Formats: sequence, structure tokens, C-alpha cells
Amino acid sequence: MNRLRDKRVLMAVGLVAVLTLTLVLPAISPESATTNMAVFTLMYVGLATAWNIMGGYTGYISLGHAGFFGFGAYALGLLLARLSIAGGYAPFLFVPVAGLLTGLMAAGVGWFALRTRAATFVIVTIAFMFMLQLLAENLTSLTGGGAGLGFPNPPWRGDFFNIPFYYAMLALAVLGLAVSWSIRRSKFGLGLLAIRDDEDKALAVGVPARAFKLTAFVISATLVGMIGSVYGYYVTFIYPQFVVDPLIGISMVLMVFLGGLGTLWGPVLGAVILEPAQLWLAYNYGASRLYLVLYSAVFLLVILLMPRGIIPSVRDLIAERRASAPAARAGAAP
Amino acid sequence: MTLVLEAAVLGILTGGVYALMASGLTLIFGVMRIINVGHGALVILGAYLSFVLWRNLSIDPFVSLVVTMPVMFVLGVILQVVFIRPLKTDREALSVLVTYSIALGIEGLLGYFFSSNYLQITAWYDTASFPIGDFRITYVYIYGFLLCLAILGAIFLMLYRTTFGGAIRATMLNRTAAQLVGIDVDRVSAIAFGIGMATAAAGGVVFGITNTFNPGSHYDLISRLLTIIVLGGLGSLRGAIIAALVMLVIEDITAVVISPVWASFVFFVILVAVLLVRPQGLFGLRVRERL
Repeated sequence: MNRLRDKRVLMAVGLVAVLTLTLVLPAISPESATTNMAVFTLMYVGLATAWNIMGGYTGYISLGHAGFFGFGAYALGLLLARLSIAGGYAPFLFVPVAGLLTGLMAAGVGWFALRTRAATFVIVTIAFMFMLQLLAENLTSLTGGGAGLGFPNPPWRGDFFNIPFYYAMLALAVLGLAVSWSIRRSKFGLGLLAIRDDEDKALAVGVPARAFKLTAFVISATLVGMIGSVYGYYVTFIYPQFVVDPLIGISMVLMVFLGGLGTLWGPVLGAVILEPAQLWLAYNYGASRLYLVLYSAVFLLVILLMPRGIIPSVRDLIAERRASAPAARAGAAP
Repeated sequence: MTLVLEAAVLGILTGGVYALMASGLTLIFGVMRIINVGHGALVILGAYLSFVLWRNLSIDPFVSLVVTMPVMFVLGVILQVVFIRPLKTDREALSVLVTYSIALGIEGLLGYFFSSNYLQITAWYDTASFPIGDFRITYVYIYGFLLCLAILGAIFLMLYRTTFGGAIRATMLNRTAAQLVGIDVDRVSAIAFGIGMATAAAGGVVFGITNTFNPGSHYDLISRLLTIIVLGGLGSLRGAIIAALVMLVIEDITAVVISPVWASFVFFVILVAVLLVRPQGLFGLRVRERL
């Protein structure tokens, strides 16, 4: 009992410490190079956490989440343009609207995509992503097509430019984690895990699998859409192939796998490790196409060396130690 | 009307090429239960290999297949042994990540060596044409179609007339049972992957003559190929061939009737429509799939 309480206290202290550190990080290191890296890392913490709700808890591997990311960005950009909202803090108020629109779209997509399972589902999500990319390119009168869509210019200058986006991404990442945590503890989350382990058995014991899957899909997509919309405002100009980017879709998946599929903190860990590495590679080798080769090498190493992810591997190691420790003592006794 | 007819004929001819590429992809899925997201990149790699042989040694692109198909076969076997075989848990999901990473690596390498400029392989038969009724057909479409037909025929002969083909089909039906009756499924898997790559090389040549390509072209290609094999039913060779022909005909007709920019969109519309009626695809069996 005591041990359990100690662990909880320790975790709470750790959580508060990490949160405080992320809150004051811009004050410690205000250079735009650092905060820019922090914005993208937090973005991927949020994306990976959101993806994990569908891919990790429910077991449905979506490679099309970049589609929701891009949809959110276009939704916010078009809203701001139609309502003639100027740059500043006001656009952030429309982020939930962009999320809501993405969620609505995801409900439609999920309605037919979730009729399929396993490999077919993976392929349908890939197809959906390319369909969205094509739509963004072809509906020129709405999206601007290949010429791109502009956002209102944020009025901030110099080192301060990144700060509002940093806190927006942080807020979304924390929101994603809170949602993920509460799902994990709820009956709904238990149902999702049951679907992942054996959907037919879950159906047999009365889990409303179809409704649960669709709900998880919509929650996941809504979070991704909101993050995408902040990203759009941050980069201020979006193009179909750069915002509906398959690389964004695969990166969040890989981060979840690296940290630990279906765990609460795995996606965070994966994003914090991989995203700075990716940014560093893109910064140093981005001029040539070599950074893609290096990405691919990092990806392959991660998958081959850590197929189960860091958190499950470490957890097993600790459990093994615990199990073998008393046995060793017993064995040592004469 | 002539335009539509011409589009339909062209659709069948290019559909044959897609049928070959998609059969490789669906064969790999059938044997290993993995989705090879890198298939498009390997097709493009095949196109680049033939391009290099054609540009530097002036070897006819179709003749260059004598070199590129074995090379790609060996590459496929190596990729399977090094990257796919070690996957034990979560195979279906991890294999997607692995093959995607392979695609990225190939895209990066090609971009590094060839830049992202668009290239095209040219030969006399990609401009010379002959008349059929009211329109003319370029020779390359006929040659490409015949080539793909020949390779597909060879694959079917191998699958249904040889002992090794029997081993492949047994592995596709039931991996564990195949193992129990003494089939070396690891070896079958590696060779099936190699065959898939060899078909990618052949498809790549025809793709490279009939289209301009750059290292990023594989995204467009893979989304079409994946759609085709889902429509045909995952793991069904027959389904993949029929779906490829049907889709390309519809796409080409859409291009002339509506607009070329919407041609690829038809793929997705049909995918949605078919999945609503038959989630298992046209020829797929309804199996209890688990991740």
C-alpha cells in the first residue's frame, strides 16, 4: 500500500515538474531556433497522443491522419479568410471550430472506412489522405489549389513570434493527454482495448464496437485537426502537398511505436526523442535529398531494434527484475 | 464517341501494366500478410535503373529488363530477409512502417543521385503509332501490354503448374498449415517478395516510357495500386488484374469526358462505393481479420 502511494506521489511531483519546465521553457531559452524546435516537438506530442487513441487503444492503424491535419489547417485558413479575421490572438479562438469541422468530416469518413478491418482499413486511410490532397489541389476556387492558401500574418516580431504558438501547441498537447488519460480510465477505454484484443469477442460480450470505434476515430481526428489548424497559422502559407504530407502521417505513427503503442506516455516519449532528431537532420541535410535517406535509416533502426516500444520494453525489464529478485534471494539461502 | 472508345482502348492497354504491378503487390500481401507501401517506390526504382542503362549504354528499355528484373529480384529477397523477416510482433502494422521507410530511403537516394527533375525514357516506339479505325495507337502501349501479359502468364504458370507455385499457394491459404506440411515459408516469402520486385521492374519500364517520373512519383502510384488491390480483394491475383483493367478504363474515360485533373479522383469514389457494398473487395473472401 505504502509503495503504491509513494509511486503516486512521485509521479505527481514528476508531472508537475515537467509541466512547470515546459511552461517556463521560453523564458529560459527564448531564442527563436529553440522555441521553433519546441513548437514542432509539442505539435508531434499532441499528434502522436491523438493518433494513439485510435491506433494504440483501438488497434486500428490509420496512415491517413495527415489528411485530418491538413483538413484542420485548410478549415482554419478558410474560416479566417471568409470572416476577414486579422492576425493576432483572435485566430486561436477559431481553432476549436476547425477541430469540430474536422471531427464532422472524420465521422463521415469513419462511417465507411470502419466497415473494413486490419490491412484494408490501413489502405482505405491511405487512399483517403491522397483523396483529400487531390481535392485541395483541384478545388482551386476554394483552396487556391497548388498556389497555396495564405493565413493572416501574425503581428509578432523577433524571438516573441514563436511564443504564442508554443503555448497553443502546449495547450493542445495537454488537452490531448488529458483526453487520452480519461479514456484510458473509462469504461469506454476498456471497450476500445477489448476491440483491439478481439473485436468479435468484444461484440459478443456486448461492447458496441461500431459506435466505440467511430467515437475514438472522431476524437482522434478532432485533436489532430486542431493541431493542424495551429500549424497552418504558424507557417502562414499552406500548400496541398506540404500540409497533407504522408511524412507527417507516418511520423506520428512511428513516434507512438517508438514510445510504446497503447500507453499514455509512450507517444510523448517517442515525439520528444524523434522530432528533434528529425528537425536536426532536416536542418543539416535538408538541402540535399539525403535527409530522407537518414530519416528512413532512423525509422528502420527504431522498428528493428525497438519493435515493442520503449515503455513496454522497460516495464517488462522491471517486472523481470522484480520477479527474479526474491527468487535469487531464496536460492541464495542455504 | 471516338474519343471515349480511344480512351477505353488505352485504358485496357495501360490497365495491363497496372495489373502486373498490382499482382506483385497482392502476391506479397497474400504470402506474407503485409502491405508493401514501398511498391510504388520500387516501380520508380525500376524505371530509373532502365533509364540509366538506356542513357549510358543505349540499351533498349525493354531489353534492359533482362538485367533489371534479376537485379530487382535479388534486391527484393535481400529486403525481405533483412527488414521483413525479423518482424515477429504486430507484423501487419510494423511492416507498413518498414516498407514506408524503404520507400522514403529509395526516394531520398534517387533524389540525391538524379535530383527531382522529371525524366522520361524515350524509344522509337513511344512516338510511332499505327491506325485503328478512327484513331492511332502508339506502339509502346501494345508492347507494354504484351510484355505484361507474358509476365502475368508466366506467373500464373509458375503458380499453378510447378511444385514451388503450389508451395506459394499453400502459404497464401494458410501459413501455419503450410509450415506443418514441411514448406519452408521463410524461403517462399523471400522469393515471393523477389517476384513482386521483378514485376515492379517490368512495370517500371513501361511506366517510365509512357509517363514522366521523378523520385516523388511513387506516392501517386502507390495510392492507385493499393486501391486496385483492395478493390480486387486483398491477396486475389485475379481480382487485382480485373480491378486494374476496370479502373484504368474508367479513369481514362473520365479524363476525356470530364477532365484529366479529376481522373485519379474516380479511383477513390469507386473505392468508397465498392467498400460500402462489399467491404472485402470484389474477389476477397470475408475473413476474420485481426491485427
